[in-house]
Amino acid sequence: MPKKSVNIANKLVPWLFLILIGLLWQLVVDRGLIQRFILPSPWDILATLLRIFPEIKVHLMTTIREALLGLFIAVILSLTLALLMDSFPLMKKAVYPVLIVSQTIPAIVLAPLFALWFGFGELPKIIIVVLVCFFPVVISLMDGLNSVDPDMINLFRSMGAGQWHLFRHLKLAASMTNFFSGLRIAATYSIMGAVIAEWLGGITGLGVYMIRVKHSYALDKVFAVILIIVALSMLIFKGIAWSENLLMPWRRLLNKNQSEVNSNGQTK
Amino acid sequence: MNFCPQNKIKLAVNNIKKTFEDTPVIKNVSMELHEGEFVSLIGLSGSGKSTIFNIIAGLLLPDEGSVIIDGEEFTGKTGRVSYMYQKDLLLPWKNIIDNASLPLVIKGYRKKDARQEVSGYFPTFGLAGFEHKYPFQLSGGMRQRAALMRTFFFSKDIMLLDEPFGGLDAITRSRMQDWLLEVLPALNSSVLFITHDIEEAILLSDRIYILTDRPARVKEELRVPLPKARTREITTTGEFNEIKKYIFSIL
Ligand SMILES: Nc1ncnc2c1ncn2[C@@H]1O[C@H](COP(=O)(O)OP(=O)(O)OP(=O)(O)O)[C@@H](O)[C@H]1O
Ligand SMILES: [Mg+2]
Repeated sequence: MPKKSVNIANKLVPWLFLILIGLLWQLVVDRGLIQRFILPSPWDILATLLRIFPEIKVHLMTTIREALLGLFIAVILSLTLALLMDSFPLMKKAVYPVLIVSQTIPAIVLAPLFALWFGFGELPKIIIVVLVCFFPVVISLMDGLNSVDPDMINLFRSMGAGQWHLFRHLKLAASMTNFFSGLRIAATYSIMGAVIAEWLGGITGLGVYMIRVKHSYALDKVFAVILIIVALSMLIFKGIAWSENLLMPWRRLLNKNQSEVNSNGQTK
Repeated sequence: MNFCPQNKIKLAVNNIKKTFEDTPVIKNVSMELHEGEFVSLIGLSGSGKSTIFNIIAGLLLPDEGSVIIDGEEFTGKTGRVSYMYQKDLLLPWKNIIDNASLPLVIKGYRKKDARQEVSGYFPTFGLAGFEHKYPFQLSGGMRQRAALMRTFFFSKDIMLLDEPFGGLDAITRSRMQDWLLEVLPALNSSVLFITHDIEEAILLSDRIYILTDRPARVKEELRVPLPKARTREITTTGEFNEIKKYIFSIL
């Protein structure tokens, strides 16, 4: 088979698998093996989703706003803290171990506390998102900064480069790959963090809506919201992969090179 | 005579000493490099050659001794001479033209001006057409030339080259030597060059310092009695072989 069609086929396989599961699910519900009010069928969920979309829109916007704002603040904070830790060894000695240990605390457990302190508006949700996103980004950024080839640093020093050039042209670029792997994790956390924080109460938001429809046993609506949350997480994930390609064109070329080498190896 | 003694001294290393932990690595090394001269350092692996370069580049402080450049004290000061490492150390995230213009950017050029400045040299360095390729898309020899180009753009007057062709296969290596012989007169640089390859040292150098095993001292300083303008043909002459035999007898 030509290479291109092999690639397309490879991409189709997981989709076919998903469709198969969906069909099976539909069949199970249609045959009455599981009752509709316990597990709505995929078709029901899609229909509900279309029907409630106008009323959900405002909740959707709240959650997106909280997640993106929180993610953005987390990235800015991580960059700043990583830069500080990299420039001041004493600060790194003091803060880095604490960061590593504090990563084991699930930030979500602090949510009730923030609700208590900051009320039911968007602020406590944004704080939760910042907290859950901050750790994976800052830790992966530090890993990246620590893994810079010392010979490269010496080369820059031999050229008389100052801290700024060192950071801008070497350290930051060298830790981009790590940074993005942390960011991808953070991105999926961001939607989840916002939704869970909203469960604790609020005025609008997908989490608020979810709890409301759950209380009225409208399971098809619960599922419809879950579907939206999944789609949203995937969308942010995609957006990050896309900006990764944009910021690191060389990575894409490198990957392409390698996969070509691999597929050539396979055909032989 | 290939070497004019009246050429002024660009770089002088005076009596440097260096000890790492308890191991003395360099013991009383003095050497000098004249304007436009090509000088090789040969010595066994681990004898301390790269350490000498690190000291000259200002990356390491010697325990004793000094580094004088153009009559000025430069011990422990970076940013004066250009230094090419044993590895090419090209930044994988920058294309070749941006890699080559990096030293200019560090010196404060705007990106566009830096590119403008280096772009004319791509044919000289055998890299025409590869300006916008990334390092991993180049062959080993080309990467080495790109690293050399970056080195050149940091400082043309004094270059420290640490085994620049060490990782290349024999054929690519001899091509690089031919190329270097061809471009060097036009670059007008003073070069200190580390190599393990005695033929390479003789072919390229005006003078050769032969170092002892660790701790490094200068065992012998040898002026290569061959005309300055050389090509590969010279490696088959009797004179060339005499020099080679002599160096082997010292090592
Ligand atoms: N930063 C350092 N700390 C401790 N020991 C070092 C350091 N740098 C070099 N050495 C030691 O000093 C000795 C000389 O090292 P150097 O790299 O100068 O050798 P070299 O002559 O360049 O060898 P090669 O030809 O293999 O490149 C080696 O034994 C090495 O282990
Ligand atoms: Mg070395």
